[in-house]
Amino acid sequence: MTALPRWLDIGVLPVVNLALALLAAAVVVALVGEDPLEVFAVLLQGAFAPGSLGYTLYYATNFIFTGLAAALAFQARLFNIGAEGQATLGGLGVALACLALEPVLPGWLVVLVAIAGAALFGAAWAVVPGWLQAYRGSHIVITTIMFNFLASGLMVWLLSGPMMRPGQGSPQTRLFDEAVRLPAIHDLLRGLGFEAARSPLNLSFLFALIACAAVWVLIWRTKFGYALRAIGHSEEAARYAGIPVRRAVVVAMALSGALAGCMALNEVLGVQHKLVLNFSAGYGFTGIAVALMGRNHPLGILAAGLLFGALFQGGAELNFEFETVTHELALVIQGLVILFSGALAYMFTPWLARLLLLRSAAHG
Amino acid sequence: MAGNGGSGGADGPAVRLRGVTRRFGAVLANDDVDLDILPGTIHGIVGENGAGKSTLASIIYGLYTADSGTIEIDGRPAAIRSPADAIALGVGMVHQHFMLVPTFTVLENVMLGMEGGFLLGSGEAGIRAELESLGRRHGLEVDPDALVDDLPVGLRQRVEILKALFRGARILILDEPTGVLTPDETDQLFAVLNAIRDAGGTVVLITHKLREVMAVCDTVSVMRHGRLAGQRGAADTTTGELAELMVGRKVGQPARPSESAVGTPVLRAAGLIWTDAAGTMRLQGVDLELRAGEILGVAGVSGNGQSELLDILSAMSPVQQGHIEIAGRRIDAAHPATPAEMRALGLAHVPEDRQQRGLVLPFEVRENAVLGRPESAGPGPWTSGSAMQAHTEPLIARFDIRPPEPGRPAAGFSGGNQQKIVLAREFDGAPHVLLLGQPTRGVDIGTIETIHAQVLALKERGTAILLVSTELDEILALADRIVAMNAGRVTGTIAAEGATPRQLGLMMTGAVDGAAV
Amino acid sequence: MAETWIDILAVLDGTARLATPLILCAMAGLVSERSGIVDIGLEGKLLMGAFAAAAAAALTGSPWAGLAASLAASVLLALVHGFACITHRGEQIVSGVAVNILALGMTVVVANALFRHGGHTPPLGADERFPPLSLPLAETLRDVPLLGPLYAELVSGHNLLVYAAFLSVALVWWLVWRTRFGLRLRAAGELPEAVDSAGVSVSALRYRGILIAGLLCGLAGAYLSVAHGAGFVREMSAGKGFLALAALIFGRWKPLPVLFACLLFGLLDTVAPRLQGMDLPLFGPAPVALVSVLPYAMTVVLLAGFFGRAVPPRALGRPFVKEH
Repeated sequence: MTALPRWLDIGVLPVVNLALALLAAAVVVALVGEDPLEVFAVLLQGAFAPGSLGYTLYYATNFIFTGLAAALAFQARLFNIGAEGQATLGGLGVALACLALEPVLPGWLVVLVAIAGAALFGAAWAVVPGWLQAYRGSHIVITTIMFNFLASGLMVWLLSGPMMRPGQGSPQTRLFDEAVRLPAIHDLLRGLGFEAARSPLNLSFLFALIACAAVWVLIWRTKFGYALRAIGHSEEAARYAGIPVRRAVVVAMALSGALAGCMALNEVLGVQHKLVLNFSAGYGFTGIAVALMGRNHPLGILAAGLLFGALFQGGAELNFEFETVTHELALVIQGLVILFSGALAYMFTPWLARLLLLRSAAHG
Repeated sequence: MAGNGGSGGADGPAVRLRGVTRRFGAVLANDDVDLDILPGTIHGIVGENGAGKSTLASIIYGLYTADSGTIEIDGRPAAIRSPADAIALGVGMVHQHFMLVPTFTVLENVMLGMEGGFLLGSGEAGIRAELESLGRRHGLEVDPDALVDDLPVGLRQRVEILKALFRGARILILDEPTGVLTPDETDQLFAVLNAIRDAGGTVVLITHKLREVMAVCDTVSVMRHGRLAGQRGAADTTTGELAELMVGRKVGQPARPSESAVGTPVLRAAGLIWTDAAGTMRLQGVDLELRAGEILGVAGVSGNGQSELLDILSAMSPVQQGHIEIAGRRIDAAHPATPAEMRALGLAHVPEDRQQRGLVLPFEVRENAVLGRPESAGPGPWTSGSAMQAHTEPLIARFDIRPPEPGRPAAGFSGGNQQKIVLAREFDGAPHVLLLGQPTRGVDIGTIETIHAQVLALKERGTAILLVSTELDEILALADRIVAMNAGRVTGTIAAEGATPRQLGLMMTGAVDGAAV
Repeated sequence: MAETWIDILAVLDGTARLATPLILCAMAGLVSERSGIVDIGLEGKLLMGAFAAAAAAALTGSPWAGLAASLAASVLLALVHGFACITHRGEQIVSGVAVNILALGMTVVVANALFRHGGHTPPLGADERFPPLSLPLAETLRDVPLLGPLYAELVSGHNLLVYAAFLSVALVWWLVWRTRFGLRLRAAGELPEAVDSAGVSVSALRYRGILIAGLLCGLAGAYLSVAHGAGFVREMSAGKGFLALAALIFGRWKPLPVLFACLLFGLLDTVAPRLQGMDLPLFGPAPVALVSVLPYAMTVVLLAGFFGRAVPPRALGRPFVKEH
């Protein structure tokens, strides 16, 4: 494979791939009979208009967590397609902590336990596929897919049975106590004397930022991160170097699952305040797009997470403005981004390399 | 020489190459090669690793296309763009890595691509008969319904040859066919090649083993650095002359290392038996003793248990039976060790496969310099760029690694410099024991001398070195004592002083035992 | 007695209906994965096919137009997968994820644009769907004890695509194990270098494998929306593509075992709702939701090698790099 200079690889290629995805989406829009430019304008406006920013950041919080989850595992070349199920289990961890402990513990303590619960339950749901891959040789992609379905089956069972809200038929738990919720950012800002529009944005956005920094430190500044990257590039070399590969794989999956589980902090502890079916809503899969687009780097994931947040929030706006184009356009774009910046990542590498060669030839 | 009825009767060469050039990135693999291969002969192409032999063969077989130059087959210009073109022209190839589908039967492998009809059933009987007749004619009998997965290496090679013959190959190229064979199997192979030649076929034998070329070839072409360095009739030359052509200078008896004080035993292996996942017993009871300040050479055809021995001694593979003693610790099946523990016991390991194992190619040099040495990567659980840099700079200086850039990914270095990165790391800190696997494989001549000097210097400082190499000359040049391995056993131990290649060769075949030292 | 027999037949009948899309998708996966291309995009192709079939049937009034559209749409997605994985040697898992998400978005966006119906197509009338076929003599023989109902209830009375699904198993077996194409296809999935060295194009083989997978998923899609169902509903594939993938692994990439896995999974799906409200010994009320995910759990256990081993084609997921 032709090697590109770093700046091209990191700076230009993702932009080219994003542009392609948007172009392809524009073709879809045009075929549907709308003006792509108009649609994109509405999208942008919907994402960044005053009052919308909070929503954009709220979506971005989910995507940063699931994006980091995918990226961390991928550093060790593990395809964790199970963020969806891990997030679901994270929600279960939050709900169990809140429902069981809110009568007996002070609110802030319950919140701490709930955070730990999200991470632990998410981690547990990822550790099993990790362990099966490391010690039993089953393929992690297949196992994590299966675990997504197992998680959703488990939820259907729990929410329509043991954990169902008493006295009602819909599959969800009762609301958590007021004291065990993550504060909304607009409330926090109001406390500081700033006025901000109401939005679902809550404290977990800050947690997501902290997670970005922590993952960066872990991958590039610790021996464990070094080990993960070594495994990702060459498992043989990692074994030779004395890295306990199997254990590292299990730990990597645990951390990845914990990050995915933390998505539930935003949705369950921050916004819904109850456990409902399917709150993960495909955000686990969006994480794969975010990680690919962000080149598995926390900074890139932050940027891609914001981009997808804008896409989803702007997409919601489409429903009001157009009869034919709906917010599922965001899904189309997401699929195209995965296609272009993941599966077709290197389609343009030889082309860019040639362009570069021409340029340097012209200069030399 | 037998008549060449099968080669179209042309008097000209079966294969004629003119000006064949092929580049891989910055490397000129074939540089303006002119070559004539006469029909009805066995033509050897020899050269060191990386001399461009395999590339040349792949070009004739259409796996690569040449950047420039022409090919003629049987006197007619040939445009060979794919193996299909080559097969149509009567060219067949037996690859170094067998192209056999392990889950298929022999018959299915042979018929792949030549099935004789859309329905497998329609051609099968005819193919089966043809296969049997080919087998009888050339002494290549194989059970057509055997699963390839169940066949030993020697038989798999037969299937490869049958495949080529079945496709109507009149010109058969074999790429390093003996690397995986026992001496017995090698003899059988040569008998087959002679039979093919006698039936009028043309054989191109690619190898780096001069003795083989002398044993079976009619003509020998020598390649060096992608160029044709010379061509000789096998009867008119000597291994010495061919070696000079290969290396490009006079190859004398290498200087014996100065005798150094050999110390106490630091590594002992007793009764090592190891069976691989497929159930083959790769080591059948190996005993070794390695003393401080000595180099013990392990000679053998590759695939006779040397790699497995290195794996077990470095704890890459677990001890199954027998035990190892190192630095006062006993390691056996009940008391396993990890590669990290072995390192802590003072063992360093230059693995045979540096690109897969010895290096993480996308990692920078400074990251590679701390591979297996986490304590040099930074304090506590942290890694630190400056700590790694400080650790790496002296290594780069000591081994003259070029370019001297600690921040450059290892993938961006030549093979020789990649090997220097591994050696620099493993030689650092005067290990008690060094496992040295194929230290100069694929390394250019100039670097080989540097590496040999460093190995001897390390020995002077008291390190016990186990040298595994398929290059007998290297072992003779460096080792104090030599053990030969054959079929997972140590077949003899002799002092290197006064040992001859012939004597070693016999030991490697398991024919004679060396006198114990 | 007769009543139990009718009950059993009804369960088996339901099994056949629910297993049909699984069988078609699993056979699609089998052909693709035997050629060395991982296909976790079965779900997406199924969904896209289902939508295209319902849309075309609604617009033209013909289920055959629906079938044609379904095949075309599914093949188109298969080609996207092939372009990424074969031509550009992209990561096959990633490409499969992209295909699934693309289908999820595209079906709803286009459905909204065409029908303004909340991402659905209008419900299809009887003449816009594939009708059940009554096999010869089904009614006449109904009164024959045991076998009569078996023939009339279970064998007869399905729509065309159910029969196509069972036929596809035999066809796939014949194609992959009894023809030249199949031999080469399997070789491409085990050791593509051997195929290349034999002078046969690995890419062409894998493209053909992927095309066949597209066609089979297209059949499955049409079954969902214009045969079994009556119109497209968003996300109507509901994980069946992944279930087929599980069946493919469960059946170890061999047609007959894969068929049995599909039937087993179909049976579980048929039985699960019937357990609703029943009390199981030791277990209390039947956990229906858990029964329906049993296939996934069984696949995980199988993959972990706790009973037997599922060995995939050796070159599965490995792009073939040919240097020139």
